[in-house]
Amino acid sequence: MNLLKFFTAGSVDDGKSTLIGRLLYDTGSILADQLEALQQSNRKNDDGTIDLAILTDGLRAEREQGITIDVAYKYFQTEKRKFIIADTPGHIQYTRNMVTGASTAKLAIILIDARNGVVEQTIRHSYLVSLLGIEHVVVAINKMDMVDYSETVFNAITDKYTLLAAELDLKEVTFIPVSALKGDNIVHESQNMVWYDGRSLLHFLETVDVDDKLSYNLARMPVQWVVRPQTDELHDYRGYAGRVLSGSFKVNDKVTVLPSGNSSVIDRIEIFDLRPEEVHAGQSVTLHLKDNIDISRGDVLVNADHLPQNAKLIEADVCWMDSRPLDESITYLLQHNSKVTKAKISEIIYKVDINTLEKQNATDFKLNDIGRILIKTADELAFDLYTENKANGAAILIDSRTNLTVAALMFRAVADY
Amino acid sequence: MSKYNLDYLDELEAEAIHILREVAGQFEKPALLFSGGKDSITLVRLAEKAFRPGKFPFPLVHIDTGHNFEETINYRDKMVERLGEKLIVGHVQESIDQGKVVEQTGKNASRNSLQTVTLLDTIAKHGFDACIGGARRDEEKARAKERIFSVRDEFGQWDPKRQRPELWNIYNGKIHKGENVRVFPISNWTELDVWNYIKRENIDLPSIYFAHRRDVITRNGQLMAASPFLNMDADDIVENKMVRFRTVGDMSCTAAVESEADQIEDIIREISASKISERGARLDDKVSEAAMEDRKKGGYF
Repeated sequence: MNLLKFFTAGSVDDGKSTLIGRLLYDTGSILADQLEALQQSNRKNDDGTIDLAILTDGLRAEREQGITIDVAYKYFQTEKRKFIIADTPGHIQYTRNMVTGASTAKLAIILIDARNGVVEQTIRHSYLVSLLGIEHVVVAINKMDMVDYSETVFNAITDKYTLLAAELDLKEVTFIPVSALKGDNIVHESQNMVWYDGRSLLHFLETVDVDDKLSYNLARMPVQWVVRPQTDELHDYRGYAGRVLSGSFKVNDKVTVLPSGNSSVIDRIEIFDLRPEEVHAGQSVTLHLKDNIDISRGDVLVNADHLPQNAKLIEADVCWMDSRPLDESITYLLQHNSKVTKAKISEIIYKVDINTLEKQNATDFKLNDIGRILIKTADELAFDLYTENKANGAAILIDSRTNLTVAALMFRAVADY
Repeated sequence: MSKYNLDYLDELEAEAIHILREVAGQFEKPALLFSGGKDSITLVRLAEKAFRPGKFPFPLVHIDTGHNFEETINYRDKMVERLGEKLIVGHVQESIDQGKVVEQTGKNASRNSLQTVTLLDTIAKHGFDACIGGARRDEEKARAKERIFSVRDEFGQWDPKRQRPELWNIYNGKIHKGENVRVFPISNWTELDVWNYIKRENIDLPSIYFAHRRDVITRNGQLMAASPFLNMDADDIVENKMVRFRTVGDMSCTAAVESEADQIEDIIREISASKISERGARLDDKVSEAAMEDRKKGGYF
């Protein structure tokens, strides 16, 4: 059985929390004591049924205000798959939280209120999905019960969204008409929309192909830790421990260590007591090399015939996440996987109005702003472009005055000036 | 082009090992908080996978309420001996003797909440900058919102409104002096995942997780182990029942469930069919809707 992480984009008004609540409730993932706590709660729907939305509100402030502020993670499983839901807030002032929840997701559910169709928020959420390179998009057109389960309404919205998807270069988009409140097409197929011959949302989530493609070319493993027991019997043991970010490594593969550029050959691979001949993206492993070369935390082992970019001046898309605005005069820390280096922002190239997708010149960059910057690092970074290899194409910025994570970076180009 | 996917347990394991190695790489003085429960036992197994044949880059730290199940302490000592790793114990009794905390009185008295002071003192005494814990997001709704690297201020407090964004698999462990980070490598595991992993890895557990006969009393609808640590009165009727524990905490706050499951396969079957969540058997969570959020803000695990 495999695992699918997805996130939901929408606001409480679109029925996002109700949709998640419905998925959990109809798959039997809510247990009796949790249900009892729900029933005792004061929040009920107008018709007296349980308000499924409160299942996802974890913090006191969220229950008080009836909104989602922070990402909440929810877990459920069916016979076919295990799921992790990142329930992310939809309001523009919590854009950073949505980016956070989306960063580890393979699939996005974008909620549209059937009564309102494609609105400003839909454009913003879809832009973020495109920016973060989420592979699969489900557009759940919700509240179909409020528009008499009308096929015409559904078709009008899908036509409009298809144009948006093309503009944003979203590849795999699936439309599902649902009513989270009534349960239509969430877990069970709806009897109210016989004109829709597609699958229910859950059925789609269970069957969508999210396997990784094998690609030896993209073999990348940042070294997190060097295992050196230094005991008498393991005197020469020197294992490079890390998680394979992307691609695969095999015994006898030629690898290059960056930034030094030294090369060697994989002597053996260990996963605790196993000695696999090859390992793939996602696995935490220990590699041994034939030659004794200087390697420490922050270095990255890569396929010697397919090197990543190696540069200090990089164009990146950025989502600003801190209440202190971007400051071109100070030095930040840039963390790219296990590597930390100093960095300065040399230029704000543009800012995007995420409601209209317009690119604008900007002199300032504040909380939740998104755009492109030119960044200069103290050390060379061994990275891939985000579009080619997400796992090695992203980084965070840390403000060393506060130690807060202030920005998400997606590398887009090596600057040629 | 051929494709592959990792089994979910392999993926969860690889993520947890990655997190443990980030702790080792980013912090000067980390520690692994070991309670003797199945989640921290799982963490120990993951630490072996992350660092063997080397030593652990951190000691194990146990906050001992003094109200333990004897089986847990025996298990702990045997395990530490097998591992050959360092164990540090912080005693709640010491905090009581020093007058830093006052023992609760009354029928529902428990040392559970007193642990926070001992934990914070132990962290301060040894200068730990990162404490690895076995909390999971599926346990409780405040935990569902907590980061994997969760920064605490110098009073140990969690501030849910000031959490750092946690992006991709990049963990920011930068802190100021006096602050520390609680790290939760199995955040994304569910109770069932832990049990399936224990089964797959053939991990030995304290015997109280399996069905056994025990003297219990029923209190607030929950089965509590009869022990000198429980304030009992004439209303309490002691019964001998076949029970097991789903979580292991202080004897005075952990309830048992009636069960015949004495094999791990039976437990997995029982949990899969269960209609009550794991923390449903924790009296400490029942105080209010925000009980866990409030305790975390106060420095709890």
